[in-house]
Formats: sequence, structure tokens, C-alpha cells
Amino acid sequence: MNRKLHIALVDYGAGNLRSVAKALLRSGMETEVTSDPETLRAADAIVLPGVGAFADAVKSLRARHFDEALCEAIRIGKPYLGFCLGLQMLFEESDEHGRSRGLGIFKGRVERFPSFGASGAPLRVPHIGWNEVCFDGAHPLLAKMPQRDFFYFVHSYRAMPMDARLVVGRTDYDGEFTSAVAHENVFAVQFHPEKSQLAGKRVLDAFAGWIQKC
Amino acid sequence: MLLKRIIPCLDVDRGRVVKGVQYIDHVDAGDPVEVARMYDEQGADEVTFLDITASHEERRTIFDVVTRTAETVFMPLTVGGGVRTLQDIRDLLNAGADKVSIMTAAVNNPDLVGEAAAKIGSANLVLAIDARRVAGTAASGTPRWEVCTHGGRRATGIDAVEWARRMAQAGAGEILLTSMDGDGTKAGYDLELVRTISDAVTIPVIASGGAGSAEDMAAALDDGPHGGHAQAALAASIFHFKETTVPKVKRRLLELGIPVRPPECKSSCS
Repeated sequence: MNRKLHIALVDYGAGNLRSVAKALLRSGMETEVTSDPETLRAADAIVLPGVGAFADAVKSLRARHFDEALCEAIRIGKPYLGFCLGLQMLFEESDEHGRSRGLGIFKGRVERFPSFGASGAPLRVPHIGWNEVCFDGAHPLLAKMPQRDFFYFVHSYRAMPMDARLVVGRTDYDGEFTSAVAHENVFAVQFHPEKSQLAGKRVLDAFAGWIQKC
Repeated sequence: MLLKRIIPCLDVDRGRVVKGVQYIDHVDAGDPVEVARMYDEQGADEVTFLDITASHEERRTIFDVVTRTAETVFMPLTVGGGVRTLQDIRDLLNAGADKVSIMTAAVNNPDLVGEAAAKIGSANLVLAIDARRVAGTAASGTPRWEVCTHGGRRATGIDAVEWARRMAQAGAGEILLTSMDGDGTKAGYDLELVRTISDAVTIPVIASGGAGSAEDMAAALDDGPHGGHAQAALAASIFHFKETTVPKVKRRLLELGIPVRPPECKSSCS
């Protein structure tokens, strides 16, 4: 019998969270949409979705003092799930619209895709559409997921972790980029599970199963 | 490898699907939410709503449709039609749209794309171009196309290829390119148009206008010398009139060597 968990879905004013909440619910996770950092303290797990631009999102998190609350929650070991910007913001700095500082949980930068791919051909940016993620690593969350699956992406920037051990998902876009990172209680993906039909559900189901054991 | 996308498109008037969707047995075929749900179950890669509501008073109906759709489907939703201002774009994104497409507003105010890209990022911003062939050829020897508005009735005199380049530069994240010569004819996409624009920009291009079959879509998505080089193919009539389904189209595309996401759907769809 699964215990009922209190999951905070962080609303930093950047867009609509209903589809994220619905997708989490479909995997059995009832969420509280919150714009109050205090609620993170009481939460069993935290979901940080990603909409909009990096600098605005970080600014908005800071204005609401979510940055400290998030770092604290992650430090004490609460399960964290991030999508898109929710992955990018874990890193130190992004180039989007000038330089902006991230949460700095992980070492590394967020940079725009290059103008040319590994083959030398021009790269279309943003990277929009369904692409394959190859999962690989020892993180327990991966045990319940397919090794590879197609997910929906829509982004111009991607994270470049300093520590290769963080990388648990890789995707080819005329050159490989990091599409999922995991470390202990943190799991974050560059794609949008809430927009990825059954493949997205499989990831969220795995997350739901994992937080039950945390 | 990034896959090519298949995108059903619905015309929505005052909150209802127009161009009669005829095939659905136990679904309200006039409700865009129900139709979108069915395409979601069929494994469509995205869905697009084009709001054609003429009356200003009834334009708010689209927000309710978008909100209900975002709560129902687990795929990306693009909304366009009648989007005039940055606030309109924000309102649609807040209602639950993943991408918003603008057309006439960009023609009237070419700075809008740049402003919107700076505020909301390029990735959610689609520039729609309705293009029509005009007499003469460009310096490169290709035909010429002109941007038009009002469903093709109003010519702007703007060269479609130049316009695509300029708006991509300004920050549009994607181009939804409709051939007004082909729209509704089911005679195939205007491959020269699609290829010329796709090759002129380094943002994704969605081909639209003229799809009559999976073979037409394959041609638009083909990266070979005679293909359209597009990243996505949008179609309305062939899906709505039960001529085919998304899984059938995808299976055929895979046979033709076009990399699309293999159908993965519930037993109810075929």
C-alpha cells in the first residue's frame, strides 16, 4: 500500500502548471501547486517544471526566496524532479540573454546549442520535437525505466555538467548532449515528460515509485 | 536523432471544430478537446489549433478550449489565429498552450517577434507564413512567393523567403509555412516553397497546405535533393475525414524511410 505523499509543484509565475499537475496525477502523484517557499519544508518531494527563459525564471525564484528553500530541501535529501529549466537551473550559470546565475547545486554551465553540429552542417536551434534519450547509470530511479525512449524537447540551451558522473541520459542532436542528470535525491530531465505521452508517463511512474522508497 | 513530426491541425470557430470531423463514433466531433484527445491517443507528435473566430466578442472562447485541452492531452499544443499582441501570447501560454503562432500581427508590426522572443524565449514562438506564388523568378532561379494574410485574400508584397530569414533572425523559434496555392487541394505540398524556406533558415519549418497522403508528407519531410527538407508536416483534411489515421501515416512514412516516432497507442486506435 502506497503512502500518500505531499508533493510540492513549484509555481514561479512562468506559466501554466495544469498540464504538469495532470501528468503527475496520472502517475498517482497528487501535487500542491505552491508559490510559498515555506511549503517546501513540509513537502515529501519537490517538482520544478520549466517554462520561459532562464534569467526570468531564476529572478522569479529569488524574488520569492525559493532559491534558498530549494537548495535547503535538496541538501537535506528531499526527492527533487526537474523538467527543462528545472534541470538547467541546478547548474551554476547560463548564457541565455546575457549571463545569469543558477542555483549552483551542480558544477557546470548552460550554453546555447552551437550553430553547427558535429557533422559540420548548420544546426537548427531551437531543438524542437521528439528525440531519443539513452539512459545509463547506477541511479536507482533508472532501474524501473526503459533504457531508451522518445521524448518531447523544446529548448535552445542545454546543460554541460562538469562532472560526467551526473549524466544519466544522453541524446544525439548532430552531437551528443546531456538530456538527464541524477545524483542521490535529485533527478532532472531536459525533455518534457508531461508532453511525452506514454514515454513521459513511464518516467513519472518511475519517479512515483522511487519517492515511495525515499 | 531528432525525429520528423506529424501534426494534425484543427480549425476552431467560437470554440467548435469546423470543417466537419466526420469519423469519430463515440466522441463529440465538434469539441476540439475531444478531437485533440483522440489524436493524443493515436500518438500524434503535436496538435495545432487555428482559431478562426471572426467576432471579437467571442474570441475569448479559445482560452477555455486551450485550458481544457492542456488538462486532457499529454502532447504539445500550438495555438494560432488572431494573436495580436504580446499580452495575447502570454494569455494563451498561461491558458496552457505550449507554443503560440503569430502571422498578421508580425506583418503589421515586424518588431513584435523580437519583443516576444526577448520576453518569453524563442522556443515557444511560432511564425506563421501564408505564401502564394507570384510571377517571375528570384535571382537564384527559384520561383518567388509572396506573404499574404486574410486567408490568402490580401497580398502584402513581402517576399516570403526574405520574410522567413528576417523573422528567424528576429527570434522566431519555428516557422509554420502554408502554401496558399496548395491549401485544401490535397494535391501535395509546394515542395519548392518548403525546400527553399527550410534551406534559408536554421530554425525548424513545419510544412502545411496540400497534404493528400502519407506520400505527400514523406516528400515534404525528405532531406534529399527533391524533398521539402521540413522538420514537421501539418495536415487537416486527411485526418479529419477518416481517410487515414496518424498511426497509418506513420507506418507508411517509416516504410518510406522517413524517421518518425513509431506508433505506440492503445488498442482503440489503428
